[in-house]
Amino acid sequence: MADVIPYTREEKGAQPPSLYLPYKSTEFRAPKQPLVILPHTLSEVTGPVYGHGRVLPIDADLTKQHAGEPLGERIIVSGRVLDENGRPVPNTLVEVWQCNAAGRYIHARDQHPAPLDPNFSGAGRIVTDAEGNYKFTTIKPGAYPWRNHPNAWRPAHIHFSMFGPSFINRLVTQMYFPGDPLFAFDPIYQGIPDVKARERMVSRFDMDTTIPEWALGYKFDIVLRGRDATPMED
Amino acid sequence: MSKKRLGQTPSQTVGPFFHFGLPYEGDSNLIVGDVQGQRIVVEGKVTDGAGEPVPDVMIEIWQANAAGKYDHPEDTQDKPVDEGFHGFGRCATDNDGIFRFNTVKPGAVPGPGNSLQAPHLVTFVFGRGMLKQLLTRIYFEDEAHNANDPVLALVPDERRGTLIARKISPSTYALNIVLQGAGETVFFDY
Ligand SMILES: [Fe+2]
Repeated sequence: MADVIPYTREEKGAQPPSLYLPYKSTEFRAPKQPLVILPHTLSEVTGPVYGHGRVLPIDADLTKQHAGEPLGERIIVSGRVLDENGRPVPNTLVEVWQCNAAGRYIHARDQHPAPLDPNFSGAGRIVTDAEGNYKFTTIKPGAYPWRNHPNAWRPAHIHFSMFGPSFINRLVTQMYFPGDPLFAFDPIYQGIPDVKARERMVSRFDMDTTIPEWALGYKFDIVLRGRDATPMED
Repeated sequence: MSKKRLGQTPSQTVGPFFHFGLPYEGDSNLIVGDVQGQRIVVEGKVTDGAGEPVPDVMIEIWQANAAGKYDHPEDTQDKPVDEGFHGFGRCATDNDGIFRFNTVKPGAVPGPGNSLQAPHLVTFVFGRGMLKQLLTRIYFEDEAHNANDPVLALVPDERRGTLIARKISPSTYALNIVLQGAGETVFFDY
């Protein structure tokens, strides 16, 4: 058997280098030896599509995981998971996590002196529907400081983790909010060489999914690698 | 008219605070029910270019079952899947940079052409200070087929050992992951 249909490779400019010195901790964590070019085999074009455990409706509403409501601006984030050929990625697990409205993670190692919110944990899980759609409700995360350089602040963001149809598709990224003044100063955002590609990580405000008297809507589509075949005609 | 290709969403670091955000059933224990084959532990330490243990990376593995079958629709081999084993594991390193998986030893799987790939774990490393994940593999030293493995054959001789776990007890295999520097692990461009 064994000849498999490979996926595309990294899109030049759209994916970051491992070593990017403005982001200080890349210095000792980036490999120095050349990478070995790996043809895609059955091991790479398969991946975990079963066994993700139960995903419940409450996992998609980060504002309802505690007795009370979290503080902050309630938002609804939705979008599609697609491949480069524009095909939806159905039934795939999307994991999200974030800090609270004050910029503090519940994580034990987060030392930022901003308040924890007893009504907010900040973790969610969603499975895309047959058309690749996902949606979750949360509060807008705050910016937070970090120690990369003097007066370093991360733009507000939500961490995203996607599985997709194969292990090759595995993607961890961050979703940002439109017009954040911190983009220009953030070496994680700036670590993407292609300016246009960076903007793919910025969600857009969406009036259609904004719910009157309730929550603002933001749209964020995620594009995973596609199959290395001619795009579908239609 | 052909459709325009969409651009890939860029990768960003998983950051230091992923632990609470990425709970996974079973986590580093891949055996969730009845399973065939030899139960093994695969463990190791992750170190950085300063030789320091890395206490905040996440390792993910993907593997075939003992029969050499992936639990995935594109594995069309006529081989059994295990109800209690899906082949995916996730483990955050501890304060000493240690990771440890409880799993079964995978079987050999098909490679390009008529080749066979020696038993291995496809392995991703995610972490703070890593804008994108790194891909490597974990092989097992007691597999004669390593000598004919088509992927190991792509790796320069002197670096091949960085992908091969040592057997330190009848059921425990150990392999350290060196992100940078002397003995640097082989990572793949995929
Ligand atoms: Fe973050």
